[in-house]
Amino acid sequence: MVRKRPEPVQVVKQRRDAALNALVEGVPYIRFLGIAFERHGDELTAVLTYDDKLIGNPMLPALHGGVTAAFLETAAIIGLSWSYLWEDIESGKIDPETVSPAHLPRLPKTIDFTVDYLRSGLPRDAYARARVNRQGRRYASVQVEAWQDNRSRLFAQATGHFLMPARTGTLT
Amino acid sequence: MPPDKHKIVGQFIRALPHCRALDMTLTDIGPGTAGVAMPYDERLIGDPETGVIHGGAVSALMDTCCGAAVMAHPDAAALTATIDLRIDYMRPAIPGQTITARAECYHVTRSVAFVRATATDGDETRPVASATGAFTVES
Repeated sequence: MVRKRPEPVQVVKQRRDAALNALVEGVPYIRFLGIAFERHGDELTAVLTYDDKLIGNPMLPALHGGVTAAFLETAAIIGLSWSYLWEDIESGKIDPETVSPAHLPRLPKTIDFTVDYLRSGLPRDAYARARVNRQGRRYASVQVEAWQDNRSRLFAQATGHFLMPARTGTLT
Repeated sequence: MPPDKHKIVGQFIRALPHCRALDMTLTDIGPGTAGVAMPYDERLIGDPETGVIHGGAVSALMDTCCGAAVMAHPDAAALTATIDLRIDYMRPAIPGQTITARAECYHVTRSVAFVRATATDGDETRPVASATGAFTVES
């Protein structure tokens, strides 16, 4: 059996990072909150960089509950889109040279989102990872966990349901 | 409801940095009820193709409004934290429109306040989103 020669590492990275950037860069609100995505293979970690404007009660101080919800929802939407696009990224159906937000399918729409606040969000960076528990043709169910200092000490978790974008031939 | 309660909760909201960043204002307050408005802002866009506000900003509005309703309840303390919050998104908010949330704290025990809220963007008969949540009652 002849094994196909693996692609050079920079080709693989460039392809994946170009698709991820295209997914994230077009959304003003992601920039407003200061969320970035770190990628290891197909695993994404959302990073919320601390900023004073993210504070709710300045007396504690703690992250605003709405910021926590928004951070988790963003991590869920990008995580879901990412897993949905992965095959097209790997097959080369999404061209890393030309990919832009306009070439990608629309983002999934949130149907509902439930956040559990486990402890107050400290005034420092936060991290979140999403897990797609089910992704059908129309609906998806996604779970998200968020932590700050210790991966095992979550400060919030959430579950959401999403409406998937229609699969059209918009991919180039 | 003493008239200064409106002033106190209103000032409280303006003192929260994230609420200030989203330019939220208290529109009305009663015993266990509150209204909070958030004007349209291009920085909050979640769908660049349509200009629709990101669901996360609506969550921040809902959370603030529900918290204000808890603070406005005669049996609850002036401080509260969210235990859980569920938001149902019924339709995209119309770009350019101010979104207003109205929350009602409908039951309070010694330790928990139960709240529901609705967000509208001008047409009161067609809500944008609804929320239900549980909040802490500090003793």
